[in-house]
Amino acid sequence: MKSLVNRQIDFMGKRRIAFAISGLMLLVSIASLLFQGLNLGLDFTGGTLVEVRYAVAPSLDAIRQTLESSGFRDVSVQTFGASTEVLIRLQQAFDPDVGEQVVSLLRNLGDDVQLVRAEFVGAQVGDQLRDQSGMGLLVALGIVMLYVAARFQYKFAIGALLALLHDVVIVVGIFSLFQFEFDLTVLAALLAVIGYSLNDTIVVYDRIRETIRKSRIDDMPAIFNEAINMTLSRTLATSGTTLLVLFALFFLGGDMIHFFSIALIAGVVVGTFSSIYVASALLLTVHLDREDLIPAKKEDPEAEELP
Amino acid sequence: MLNRYPLWKYLLILVVLLAGLVYSLPNLFPEDPAVQISSERGDATIDARQLERIRTSLGEAGIDIQAVEEQPSSALIRLSDADDQLRARDRISDMLGDEYVVALNLAESTPAWLQSLSASPMTLGLDLRGGVHFLLEVDMDAALEQRLEVNASAMREQLRGERIRYRDTEIEERTISMAFANAEDRDEARSLIAREFPDFDYQSVGEDRGARLVMTMSDQAVQELQDYAINQNLTTLRNRVNELGVAEPLVQRQGPDRIVVELPGVQDTTEAKRIVGATANLEFRLEARPDTPENETETIPFRNSPNRTAELMRDVIITGDSVSNANHSFDENGRPQVNIDLDGTGGTLMNRATRTNIGRNMAVVYIEHKTRDTTVTVDGEEVVEREPYTERGIISLATIQSALGNSFRITGLDSPTEAAELALLLRSGSLAAPIYFVQERTIGPSLGAENIERGVMSVQIGLLLVVLFMLVRYKVFGVFANIALALNVTLLIAAMSLLGATLTLPGIAGIVLTLGMAVDANVLIFERIREELRTGLSVQQAISAGYERAFTSIIDANITTLLVAVILFSIGTGPVKGFAVTLSLGILTSLFTALMVTRAMVNLTYGGKPVKKLWI
Repeated sequence: MKSLVNRQIDFMGKRRIAFAISGLMLLVSIASLLFQGLNLGLDFTGGTLVEVRYAVAPSLDAIRQTLESSGFRDVSVQTFGASTEVLIRLQQAFDPDVGEQVVSLLRNLGDDVQLVRAEFVGAQVGDQLRDQSGMGLLVALGIVMLYVAARFQYKFAIGALLALLHDVVIVVGIFSLFQFEFDLTVLAALLAVIGYSLNDTIVVYDRIRETIRKSRIDDMPAIFNEAINMTLSRTLATSGTTLLVLFALFFLGGDMIHFFSIALIAGVVVGTFSSIYVASALLLTVHLDREDLIPAKKEDPEAEELP
Repeated sequence: MLNRYPLWKYLLILVVLLAGLVYSLPNLFPEDPAVQISSERGDATIDARQLERIRTSLGEAGIDIQAVEEQPSSALIRLSDADDQLRARDRISDMLGDEYVVALNLAESTPAWLQSLSASPMTLGLDLRGGVHFLLEVDMDAALEQRLEVNASAMREQLRGERIRYRDTEIEERTISMAFANAEDRDEARSLIAREFPDFDYQSVGEDRGARLVMTMSDQAVQELQDYAINQNLTTLRNRVNELGVAEPLVQRQGPDRIVVELPGVQDTTEAKRIVGATANLEFRLEARPDTPENETETIPFRNSPNRTAELMRDVIITGDSVSNANHSFDENGRPQVNIDLDGTGGTLMNRATRTNIGRNMAVVYIEHKTRDTTVTVDGEEVVEREPYTERGIISLATIQSALGNSFRITGLDSPTEAAELALLLRSGSLAAPIYFVQERTIGPSLGAENIERGVMSVQIGLLLVVLFMLVRYKVFGVFANIALALNVTLLIAAMSLLGATLTLPGIAGIVLTLGMAVDANVLIFERIREELRTGLSVQQAISAGYERAFTSIIDANITTLLVAVILFSIGTGPVKGFAVTLSLGILTSLFTALMVTRAMVNLTYGGKPVKKLWI
């Protein structure tokens, strides 16, 4: 990887191509969200609950696999009180036959199964939770913008915000486009993506700020290229290690964290891309000048003393 | 001198790491299935004699008791076998009766020396460990009756306003039947009421002195009422469970008239059960004047001395539903009190009623909907019959000295615990309809054992890959970073355990992210050191400059993420909150290990020595 450090890649020269790619991805994401929406999971939609009683304790994973291979979606299987009583939640609109259907499928496995009850269950996520979380996210983004504007400059804040929105929209868009199941764990992954993308953007910004202050030329694209090239080995190392963990989750983690890892993998890839081509390249578009960073210079000595 | 830490810094790091180790230890001990007992009103204690009786009774049933623990206001009976849990609870509950709340529990088994340091394990969420499952049924009949009562009293008010005379009202299932002196009054009343109450089907029955107006609630209105009652109860239960500080609960509708409440792992389940099922509410009513007609009054006993009664007006000024905020404290004499703030409408109603009635007495009535379970034998089979009943008791009767406004206080409560619980109930909103426990079980993890095993294994493999990557790329410094990573995980677990946070799958997402960020901090530093070496700085200078220059990047990046986490925590609920806790703690611990701990290791290895070449 050392060779990368010496070779300068002209990132900013290709920014128009990158803008086009970003624009296209955003367009597809938004269109997909508008036209086919999200495939929300059991947590959001509710479904059917089936309680069954076995004569001998069954294998829960076998139950789940049987039901999933028969076309039921988002199946959760739990023991209930004793190891022979089993509670099954399905994302399936309730109708009175579902219980019998499930039990007859399970009887095919050769077990002695009895239906105790079948009822519909509501969503786990109330409207209140949804509204509060949405509000929370907006406030969080607002305060982050203020912080970035104070530490850097308001143009940086705009770039960081747009990069975040870009990442979130595209990851949600991927879930909509492929109709992957969107549940609470994916929501958590999305929050993690926001954290990761912000972290990555700030690291690149920091280097850009430093390079602008040190260099004597006014050729912004060249300065940006130098800064991004200097952080490149770090970017690759960090994204690389994070992706290592995520691919391990994706390939080995089982179906429960399948979509969770997809969301994070997409988020890390898009987040790394957007730090360079959305967050940074946008600074060129809004004409960032050396003067924009001069007032900030006064607080530098303090910042250096902090450690 | 470059790259030397003063002694106190090393000591500080050592102390923090030791504390981390101690407080993360309890997580190595598994939980025991247990049954928890506490008294209904939350203050009485369970004495040794009762515990002895329980012990013998369980022994007779062949249930193996591991230990019996007495806590200040409750007792915990640990069992050896999870399959005995339900039977044990039923037996104990039969023995103790209504005075006590008996609930299933998963009790921590932290050794005493760790407990004395107030160390306890972190709770695993419903998805990873399961927990206690309560199924509650909403009493729709009672909801309907309450609604009809309210409507009937509003109708009477309207008739009185228009000076139309009515004789009496009867409420049966879903109809209100009102009697009048003659048919003209009835017809006039019908046209007046029908305009205001479109939810009813009207029917005129009888003539002259037998003239009645029969109003039946339409099917659609009944359906709407039921949906409203369920949704209102869901919201209230969510509020209550959150007020209790239970992390990551599940509150969900099941079937047309039931609600599931699931609480993860180690929790005070009897308190949860008491609060979740509580239907306590308040009513503020004026005391009747001696000349008030009897059909407008009601005799209600005092709560603490049932022999004393008072004659109160049937009409209610306001109920607990108008309370916007409530908290408990003590009055001048050290007795428990509840401070109440009313919402706008409630405040206006209260002010209007008290302003015109200065000198009269006003009563605060405490209402509880309860049930008695009796086992009866029907056709040779034992069937549990549930009989609902309502308890009303006056907790205070005081003279109105001056017009009351939006905030005031009430006294007359039994104990501080009761005051605290009443305040919590008023704050979280009252239930639209009474609810009953129909089922209580422990429930297994929703993710399934195999899934959890695979999940844990994949995280381990992922981390192993990261460790290898860091070793290959940064050699000796990679060793430092990996040690820091391991310490980071320990510290994070310790911090989460100390705060009583609940670990769920989304929480693990937070951990993975913070581990990524911890590695990132070290990567930033090491890359910077390499860069400085390339520009020709000496080894010692390069290390010092690398840490210093990477510092602003790391701080900026982590503070922005921390800001997001803190705001998500303060505004979000449920899983969002859980994620935010993990993320904020993770950022703090990773900053500590990635900056301080690796620096200490680097300083100890290289500081103050002549080093020619750095293995980085």
